[in-house]
Amino acid sequence: MKMTTRRMAAGLAGLAMAALAGTAPHADGLKVGMITTLSGGGSGLGIDVRDGFMLGVGQSGRDDITVVVEDDQRKPDIAVQIADKMVQSDKVDVLTGIIWSNLAMAVVPSVVNQGKFYLSPNAGPSALAGKGCHENYFNVAWQNDNLHEAAGEYANHAGFGNSFILAPNYPAGHDALTGYKRFFEGSLAGEIYTKLGQTDYAAEIAQIRASGADSVFFFLPGGMGISFMKQYSGSGVAIPVLGPAFSFDQGILAAVGDAALGVVNTSQWSKDIDNPANKAFVESFLDAYGRLPSLYASQGFDTANLLVSALAKADVSDAGAFRAALREADFASVRGHFRFGPNHHPIQDIYVREVVREGDVLTNRIISVGLEDHSDAYADSCSM
Amino acid sequence: MQATLIAEQILNGIQFGVMLFLMSAGLTLVFGVMGLINLAHGSLYMIGAFACAAVATATGSFWLGLAASLAAAAAAGAVVEIAVIRRLYGRDHLDQVLATFALILVFSEGVRWLFGAFPLYLDVPASLSGAVTLPGGIRYPLYRLVIIAVGIVIAAGLFLLISRTRLGMQIRAGESDREMIAALGVDIGRLYTSVFALGAAMAGLAGALVGTIQSVEVGMGEPVLILAFVVIVIGGIGSIRGALLGAVLVGVTDTVGRFLLPVAFGVFLDPSSANAVGSALASMLIYILMALVLFFRPGGLFGKAA
Repeated sequence: MKMTTRRMAAGLAGLAMAALAGTAPHADGLKVGMITTLSGGGSGLGIDVRDGFMLGVGQSGRDDITVVVEDDQRKPDIAVQIADKMVQSDKVDVLTGIIWSNLAMAVVPSVVNQGKFYLSPNAGPSALAGKGCHENYFNVAWQNDNLHEAAGEYANHAGFGNSFILAPNYPAGHDALTGYKRFFEGSLAGEIYTKLGQTDYAAEIAQIRASGADSVFFFLPGGMGISFMKQYSGSGVAIPVLGPAFSFDQGILAAVGDAALGVVNTSQWSKDIDNPANKAFVESFLDAYGRLPSLYASQGFDTANLLVSALAKADVSDAGAFRAALREADFASVRGHFRFGPNHHPIQDIYVREVVREGDVLTNRIISVGLEDHSDAYADSCSM
Repeated sequence: MQATLIAEQILNGIQFGVMLFLMSAGLTLVFGVMGLINLAHGSLYMIGAFACAAVATATGSFWLGLAASLAAAAAAGAVVEIAVIRRLYGRDHLDQVLATFALILVFSEGVRWLFGAFPLYLDVPASLSGAVTLPGGIRYPLYRLVIIAVGIVIAAGLFLLISRTRLGMQIRAGESDREMIAALGVDIGRLYTSVFALGAAMAGLAGALVGTIQSVEVGMGEPVLILAFVVIVIGGIGSIRGALLGAVLVGVTDTVGRFLLPVAFGVFLDPSSANAVGSALASMLIYILMALVLFFRPGGLFGKAA
């Protein structure tokens, strides 16, 4: 109950901040439009990104940054409407916040072509990293394939030679399996695309059981991953599973429960990355919201800090200088090393983590660095 | 090997169908007796799951949670019927859809306000976890077998209730002529409230049983609601027998289709495009089934001729 009250207080504070900010004068400052998922299934991800971002903006001490937050309800058409409204009537300078790749594909190309900046705190579809890259589009999280590539690389080291792989049928799901296959050297016992938002995996688990695989790789973000892990552990299939951090982030581990213990997953961030920025972030997030941050929160926080660092060097009305300042990525990322590649996507380390129990909380611990200074496979086809 | 896999998939399909039946039975009863389209039925499913998770976490007993899910969903159903739905019986379907859609928003935001946006923990009780070996060497999760059994017991109970009891007689009479049974002195208000609460309790139970192996989160009811509507349209609106047959048909078609279609396309396509085409078609399969049923029997399998 105490947690709930604190969370509500934090939420109210965030709302109050946004409301106050909405009325503040907009002289030389910066107006940010955040489109993210705040209601319905998958709202945990958007709330974490928003809270991380707001924490970053709040800690910067700048009162000339105004943030308008709107809920996209995980629907591409609503996201497009909000983006139009933010660009045309709110007159925002920078947009951010979108969680899902299908929503990003619907919004990003149009807003960057209207001369606005877009900083992605989560989605990194391959179509926007290669041929579709744009000088005003910066991805602060990862290119979609990255975490899955690290999982493929880890599977090689762990001695797996025959994987069963599955992901939902949407852009990020295709990027996920492509990424895993790019690095995994073994053979595939099976490859399945499931329906986005599917909640019952009995049919897929039966196929995994019959496939003779020695490992299962899955990318099922949010509630889909919770359902899969619970059903998998109850099915009596003992083949080891691995996946990206999205099914093992702090927001959902408690709901998965002990079924997740010991599962290896890959992430560009973990709460035990040893640097001062990260320590301060984890502590202040816990203090402000009464819960441990997830990787989504860390991405929101880094996005805010990137923005603040660029604003310290250039005014957003000088698009060229502001863009150059963003490209420098001159901020203390909670991930440690962070810089942008030629297509404005991160070059960073991807860690291999394991789910452990700390006291009565399930969380992750880093076991090794999966891929060092990792870029993405699409940078070469970006001509910027 | 292949035979056991197919048998397992058919069991999965039946289990899915039985769950859909619990959802659609209430929906079809409410439509049959009161002529009401209730979009908020999915919210009752969500309430059942959240009540079960909250009580199971607080008391440590899954069974208390299950009882709480029935009680909470039935209570929510009764309250909603008395406060809102009662005013809608005389209105046309558009007003009903609008008002019950508003209820979805109220329930979703209310639950999010109470429990937060993050999914809740709810797990299979130790006595029902793990897998058992069935005749023929099929390894199958015990919990899913229990769900099938519970569904069959409830279906049988519902048939007895409707064919053998006084309440059932009133329900059947209400289906055929609403004005007449009111004129005969049946307390129509109480009948409607109890039918609505009964449907709500079944939806709540389905939510709790399914939430245990899926994720308990806001908005979990709406995808199931769409399937439940497909089921009652296939089965014939207002028919419990139709709901049962329709539910099992939809469950088996969806599960087996998801598994067999990519394999079938693999015969003449390369694996990755067979996979893409197969899974895309599999997600349309139940709607194709619905279209076919409606083409040959416009009133559904057990519906009144349209």
